[in-house]
Amino acid sequence: MSLLRVDELRVDVDDKTILNGLSLAVDAGEVHAVMGPNGSGKSTFANVLAGRPGYDVTGGTIAMDGADITELAPEERSHRGLFLAFQYPVEIPGVSNMEFLKAAVDAQARIRGEDEPSAPEFIGRARDAASRLDLDVDFLKRGVNDGFSGGEKKRNEILQMLLLEPRLAVLDETDSGLDIDALQVVAAGINAFRDEGNAVVLVTHYQRLLNYVVPDRVHVLTGGRIVRSGDRSLALELEEKGYGWLDA
Amino acid sequence: MPDQDTLQDLVGREHAATGSDYSAGFVTDIEADTLPPGLDESVVRAISTKKEEPAWMTEWRLDAFRRWQEMHAPRWAHVRFPDIDFQAISYFSAPKGDAPKSLDEVDPELLRTYEKLGIPLHERARLAGVREEDMPEVAVDAVFDSVSVATTFKDRLADAGVVFCSMSEAIREHPELVRKYLGSVVPKPDNFYAALNSAVFSDGSFVYVPKHTRCPMELSTYFRINAENTGQFERTLIIADEGAYVSYLEGCTAPMRDENQLHAAVVELVALDDAEIKYSTVQNWYPGDDEGNGGIYNFVTKRGACLGERSKISWTQVETGSAITWKYPSVVLRGADSVGEFYSVALTRNFQQADTGTKMTHIGPRTKSTIISKGISAGRSQNSYRGRVRMNPGAKGARNYTQCDSLLIGEQCGAHTFPYIESKLPSAMVEHEATTSKVSDEQLFLCQQRGIDPEKAVSMIVNGFCRDVFRTLPMEFAVEAAKLLEVSLEGAVG
Ligand SMILES: Nc1ncnc2c1ncn2[C@@H]1O[C@H](COP(=O)(O)OP(=O)(O)OP(=O)(O)O)[C@@H](O)[C@H]1O
Ligand SMILES: [Mg+2]
Repeated sequence: MSLLRVDELRVDVDDKTILNGLSLAVDAGEVHAVMGPNGSGKSTFANVLAGRPGYDVTGGTIAMDGADITELAPEERSHRGLFLAFQYPVEIPGVSNMEFLKAAVDAQARIRGEDEPSAPEFIGRARDAASRLDLDVDFLKRGVNDGFSGGEKKRNEILQMLLLEPRLAVLDETDSGLDIDALQVVAAGINAFRDEGNAVVLVTHYQRLLNYVVPDRVHVLTGGRIVRSGDRSLALELEEKGYGWLDA
Repeated sequence: MPDQDTLQDLVGREHAATGSDYSAGFVTDIEADTLPPGLDESVVRAISTKKEEPAWMTEWRLDAFRRWQEMHAPRWAHVRFPDIDFQAISYFSAPKGDAPKSLDEVDPELLRTYEKLGIPLHERARLAGVREEDMPEVAVDAVFDSVSVATTFKDRLADAGVVFCSMSEAIREHPELVRKYLGSVVPKPDNFYAALNSAVFSDGSFVYVPKHTRCPMELSTYFRINAENTGQFERTLIIADEGAYVSYLEGCTAPMRDENQLHAAVVELVALDDAEIKYSTVQNWYPGDDEGNGGIYNFVTKRGACLGERSKISWTQVETGSAITWKYPSVVLRGADSVGEFYSVALTRNFQQADTGTKMTHIGPRTKSTIISKGISAGRSQNSYRGRVRMNPGAKGARNYTQCDSLLIGEQCGAHTFPYIESKLPSAMVEHEATTSKVSDEQLFLCQQRGIDPEKAVSMIVNGFCRDVFRTLPMEFAVEAAKLLEVSLEGAVG
């Protein structure tokens, strides 16, 4: 049984069809890259997986571990282990990163019937994760993404992923806007996260990230569906030839 | 289909049982001695007689009444309501029987009422959410409709020389202090509702802290409106003598009723040289139902006078209740180097309206004031900050800092800011900052994506927004205030 299985997904935004029969299956232990031109629907796909309001799902299903989650509220999907790293992380001034992370981890623990981690234990974990991502501990005290630079916001997304330990991480262009060092730090974070029990869907424009995080499969999304899938060599081919040759 | 609820839908969604989130909305069934509705000189005399007041007090009231008759209800606030028929209100209601001499004599039904509201009327402090052994002791004056029914810890306070009693008792026992200070900060004709209060005020709390005395515990008054169709007009006077310190908290609730009820209180604070008064309010009067029916009209005049040098008066208010709130806790900074502070959180939802803020009047040199106002609007509510900072010619080197932040939840509510700055003094410094932000669908989705349910998310965002103000509340009340906000928001977010 696939960890994630998407069948014939159709999505409209403002009466315009964006996804038009998208299918994809991801097994536990795998990393899949999704590539495609600007505006092809990659973020739409990522957001619909997470249940973001504003998208009209007109057909198809999304299942995790064989259970249909198409109709679930965003927090219910999260409780099942679905994580979305946002292409454009939003700011929440006034709520500290630490408080936000603790609330999220506590909510997850409650759902699983586990004890919430104690404050000192959690602070220790958060500090470890921050230092692994080269983020100063001060970032934990600041408002969520409040005044963070583009690259800092992206690293903060990975920080949240490391602390929440999801089963399925959907990373929407987490590599965009990162300098070369930060890219390696983020890649190391993703690699440390990977294990046999979880899976990663990487939305990216650049082959560069895939040198560090080696994907099991690469998919090309255009025209609202996956038009080609292959191994990592597909990414190299795209880098060389662009998307145009696919139409030929 | 994914959940298509936007924040707008969440906010607009009707709460399951109308008003069920207002836990203080019950009625106590108790026999009451109530004056028939209507107001004329004979009613003013009747109130004074019932309270066995001396002749000077009766005259004081009658003078106020005559002035009130010549005044008109003000209309400048950003609030809307039908004209109040002052002849349709009853001006006095008290539980039947002689006033209790001690706690043991208080009607058990009343004690149960306060127990249910979480207000300790026994001399053992206990507030929800805080372990008993961690709790500082709090002395309580409980005002039920028009009268004070109990005041706790009086003996302990008396040992320290602190007077804490009902206003009726103060008029009898401490006439020299009452005559000197009553109406000295808020004069009888100050405004329409203050004049009305001066004529018909029924009870309230009186505090006197003697020279160089730190009041040994928190003082608090708990106001409860119970009777139907009755106005509540309490009067509070707090005097901190030279070098004294007192921290005082008031709380308020009322039953759920379909009619609007009027609450028009006057609070006067007096701080002499080096004295400090910290006055905190957690206002949770019944706000009316989801459709805007019923609720309390909270038209209150609160003002402090920093008469002494280096004196300090600090107002903190957390306002979540009332159909309409209309109040401006203010400070007159007369003494050199005196300090005035105003910290406010005002939350409105459904059809609530709030027009609140402060006036800081700088008279003495090097006086300093700080204003931090946090307005939160949800539903179809309207939330206005109105503040005036005035620098008089003598206020050389005076300073004010004002920060007004508004947070909107949903699309149908409003936030308004009306700052007035009056200063002709080049040496005075006035700083004003204002922000308006929204709890956005994106923020809410981020929280949900991380597993946090929308209600908890909104409450976390609101709490973060209010942090600067909660910090100024006594610790145990900060816990209460945060919880109250959370409960109030439950209705607002669905
Ligand atoms: N909320 C919205 N309202 C209107 N149009 C939208 C909305 N969201 C997405 N779209 C449209 O859907 C299409 C797909 O957008 P999407 O963001 O999914 O693309 P993408 O593949 O992630 O692009 P990029 O590589 O630039 O991030 C675009 O044409 C976009 O304008
Ligand atoms: Mg995108």
